[in-house]
Amino acid sequence: MSNYLYILWIPLLPLATFVLLGLFGRKYFAKTAGIIGTASLLTSTLLSFVAAKQYFFEDGKVNGVYQKIIALKYTWLQFSPNVSIDMGIIVDPISVMMLIVVTSVSLMVHLFSLGYMKGEERFATYYAFLSLFTFSMLGLILSVNIFQVYMFWELVGVSSFLLIGYYFNKPSAVAASKKAFIVTRFADLGFLIGILIMGFYGGTLDIGLLIEKLTSAQSPEFLSITSASFLGASMLTWGLTLIFMGGAGKSAMFPLHIWLPDAMEGPTPVSALIHAATMVVAGVYLVARLFPVFSMDEAALTIVTYVGAFSALLAAVIACTQTDIKRVLAYSTMSQIGYMMFALGISKNGGEAGLGYMASMFHLFTHAFFKSLLFLGAGSVIHMVHSNEMKDMGGLRKLMPITHASFLIACLAIAGIPPFAGFFSKEEILTAAFHENKLIYGVALFTAALTSFYMFRLYFNIFWSKDAVAKAHHNDGHDDAHAHDKESHGEGTLTMKLTLLILTACAIGVGFVPFSQFITSDGLALETHIDLVFSIAPVALSIIAILLSASFYKTQNTKSDKAVALFGGFYSAAYKKFYVDELYLFITKKIVFPLIGQPIAWADRNIVDGFMLLLANTTEKISAAIKGLQSGKVQNYALYFFGGVIALSILFIYIWK
Amino acid sequence: MNEVPLTHILFVSTALFFIGMYGLFTRRNLITMLMSIELMLNSVNINFVAFNKYLFPDKLDGLFFSLFIITIAAAEAAVAIAIIINLYRSHQSIDVDDATEMKF
Repeated sequence: MSNYLYILWIPLLPLATFVLLGLFGRKYFAKTAGIIGTASLLTSTLLSFVAAKQYFFEDGKVNGVYQKIIALKYTWLQFSPNVSIDMGIIVDPISVMMLIVVTSVSLMVHLFSLGYMKGEERFATYYAFLSLFTFSMLGLILSVNIFQVYMFWELVGVSSFLLIGYYFNKPSAVAASKKAFIVTRFADLGFLIGILIMGFYGGTLDIGLLIEKLTSAQSPEFLSITSASFLGASMLTWGLTLIFMGGAGKSAMFPLHIWLPDAMEGPTPVSALIHAATMVVAGVYLVARLFPVFSMDEAALTIVTYVGAFSALLAAVIACTQTDIKRVLAYSTMSQIGYMMFALGISKNGGEAGLGYMASMFHLFTHAFFKSLLFLGAGSVIHMVHSNEMKDMGGLRKLMPITHASFLIACLAIAGIPPFAGFFSKEEILTAAFHENKLIYGVALFTAALTSFYMFRLYFNIFWSKDAVAKAHHNDGHDDAHAHDKESHGEGTLTMKLTLLILTACAIGVGFVPFSQFITSDGLALETHIDLVFSIAPVALSIIAILLSASFYKTQNTKSDKAVALFGGFYSAAYKKFYVDELYLFITKKIVFPLIGQPIAWADRNIVDGFMLLLANTTEKISAAIKGLQSGKVQNYALYFFGGVIALSILFIYIWK
Repeated sequence: MNEVPLTHILFVSTALFFIGMYGLFTRRNLITMLMSIELMLNSVNINFVAFNKYLFPDKLDGLFFSLFIITIAAAEAAVAIAIIINLYRSHQSIDVDDATEMKF
């Protein structure tokens, strides 16, 4: 086993950049912040690739099994001999894979932002926040202790909050950042309780130890956690479900998904980084990290499966109706994360039955690249037309050929058309679903068709539909934060185009990575093969959906309006996102606030505050009444003194015998 | 020799004490108040000496106490006069009623 300590530098470099740019950025690095941030992240990315090469190809394997290596562990808070909060670095297949994903997508976003955010007033602050996010995300994936996960989990939440609210003079952005923070915080409450339950019964917070203790059916910890029950479910189910609740909040699973579409108020590269490729898959990563424990509990896995499948379907339906291109992408993200979740849910630990786990991680990997490409392509489009709305776009294929080509490839990738990246990972998921649960397989297949439909609806609406819009340049009002220099119109700067090209290459290429050789639930290589007969159904469905979408949106016609009329109420319900937001508002404003919030506020104002005010008022009254005694006249004091002496004399001589 | 009874001496010392106390409460001049305190101290001295002589003639404790009191009274007088001088410098007066700033 060799030394992996240098991995420590991968998160520490972005942290150093954050401190540097956060403290001195606006004064000294107002112009060079982007270069500094990108350079430091480039170093981190190279180190990640070095680590991946060392782990996967040199010394990660012992007897054909990839090992979990604890590269560093430092006890930070010791509660009892067994329970402690440690800070450390874990090196295992999924953490190394995530290192690659996070650093490379973050690097692409840094690079893209050089052009996209040029001329912003708070350019240095933007890069400082990006670095903070990258640091927190890297810390999260390298965690050895479940409490370390929780701390970095909150840190990514904060950086997401800061970046969504980057345009803080835009009320909608402020509202969106607050919403994202509150919703995810609410979910994290469940996560914290889940951690405490696991820590209480498992007797440790260390992930490796926890997995070891809770996966052997004879251990005293396992017996105690499964025999204790609450409301008819064992504590293991409760703990895992609550941890999954935290994951569902971050990963925007139904019903905690409401923050993700609003989070699109942030700058588009941020959406690509945080709300498409990295932070939102933290929930999937968390479930994968604790997967051996999850696999011991059927009920928790069932919850994961059905929440994932339902979110995938719901989001795909909503995505078909939205008109804001970033919102379509947001729902598509939610839908794809749903895929990853149910793939985990139907998986078993180890062996051939662990296909779902591997497929989920594979989809996470490929999705990160083509989804960030889609977002950055959308960013490029928004940069050009200064609007997020589909109706302001159309016919852009001639104006921005590179964006057009890369967007098309990304759409094909997400639609699962071979040989692009999404095809391979989606096939694995569908295969796993087919073997485990036919209902889930049906949902997945239908969602896959919907995915192709709405992605190509987006594609045709942006790049075809109308003739090239000459008026694009005059359409300023909407996104006034992008008051860029005029000559940058067109496809954006060189770095933006370069980023798109690199990511396009990834979207084509990453599907060919022999993923099952590296990342499986038990570390053993898994043989997978693409079954051509099996692939016919999903690919054919996708192609039909694409053709349908082409007939609706490639040229302007009324077919889509007729389809809308056909669905009627269902369409408008989906357009309104099935009223989930309204339901939340109803619950909070009509039920929680008046029935719980207001009585508590009343008790706080009247009982708690009242008691304190009573004490203060009494003291004040008494002191006002007796303050005359302190007259400042020496002789009065002497008189009191003699009076006291006389009183004491009488007391001792006559009364107290 | 016709001895003076103890009661006579106690009468003198009590009279002295209450004269001092009266002076302390009625005078406004700090020097006069200081003199009144000296009167009260001296009445206590007389008590000590008289009780020592009449009740425990073979002991000297009472005499020592009175010697201590005289010493301390001298020191106290020095401190008090120093305070009075400082008060005069700041208030241009040694009247206690002029120095009532230390109140609520």
